[in-house]
Amino acid sequence: MEEKTILERLRREFPAEVEGAAASPLGEDVVIIGKGALLPVMAYLKAKPEDYAMLLDLTCVDLRGEEPRFEMVYHLFSLTHNRRLRIKTRLPEEELRIASLTSLWKNANWLEREVYDLFGVHFEGHPDLRRLFMYDGFEGYPLRKDYPLRRRQPLIRLKD
Amino acid sequence: MSEDKRKRLPAGQFITTQFNSLLGWARKFSLFHYPFVTACCGMEYMSAACAHYDIDRFGAGWTRFSPRQSDMLLVVGTITQKEAPVLRTVYEQMTEPKWVVAFGTCAVSGGIYDNYAVVQGIDQIIPVDVYIPGCPPRPETVLDGLLKLQEKIQHQEPDWRWKKRRS
Repeated sequence: MEEKTILERLRREFPAEVEGAAASPLGEDVVIIGKGALLPVMAYLKAKPEDYAMLLDLTCVDLRGEEPRFEMVYHLFSLTHNRRLRIKTRLPEEELRIASLTSLWKNANWLEREVYDLFGVHFEGHPDLRRLFMYDGFEGYPLRKDYPLRRRQPLIRLKD
Repeated sequence: MSEDKRKRLPAGQFITTQFNSLLGWARKFSLFHYPFVTACCGMEYMSAACAHYDIDRFGAGWTRFSPRQSDMLLVVGTITQKEAPVLRTVYEQMTEPKWVVAFGTCAVSGGIYDNYAVVQGIDQIIPVDVYIPGCPPRPETVLDGLLKLQEKIQHQEPDWRWKKRRS
């Protein structure tokens, strides 16, 4: 690996798709990519020599008021190099779709179901995209910033 | 009964009481409990139930993991909206007489979880007899709550069974 940082190596492999790096308070590597390149970038990172074999976490952030509104965050960990990497990509509200990572990491299945449940992001290619925490019949996505703070959707009649 | 005959009755071999008082006395010292444990308060429940604090001293030692065989439902921990129908089913499966203890702040009022997922106190689903506050409550608080419940059982009205406990 002649290039020094992961950002440089990703720039060499995907010149059109890597949008830049972001500042991280603890000095971890953060790379911002275009959402169309998610699957090839992740496949490249998982394979050797990068060897980010482990998907630690996958989540979403609602940056209401900004455009594009949603940001997907992926945390990767390389066991052989003992290195962490954060991949971010933005999603507009009108088109909340992104490729599923279940073909690369099995644990992406439930993580993506969680994000679908709480933020309403659709993962294309997911084998079983259902709600994970909330129940059937729950309306809306509770972790979005525009979900009403006091809105309750009880399953059975509550006494008040 | 004549005066001398009454004197000849053997003293100390029988007592007089009201049937209701006897029933309450018998019931309060034989509470079979069903722990509906959902969260971290379960640790304090274990502490209270095991040898150090030992609720068996008060007759509540027999844990039944079937609601049909238990008298006291201990709701220990946070109850979510998704879980609410389960808790109500468990309560309805219990046979009379039955009592419910809300154990910990989450069961009492929802606690810090004032959000879309959590029921704000189990008294919105089922009737509650004793509330034990604390996050989690100390075992002493649990014992205090248990004694309060025993007091309540002792002084239960005779016709409590025919009263509708659900509004």
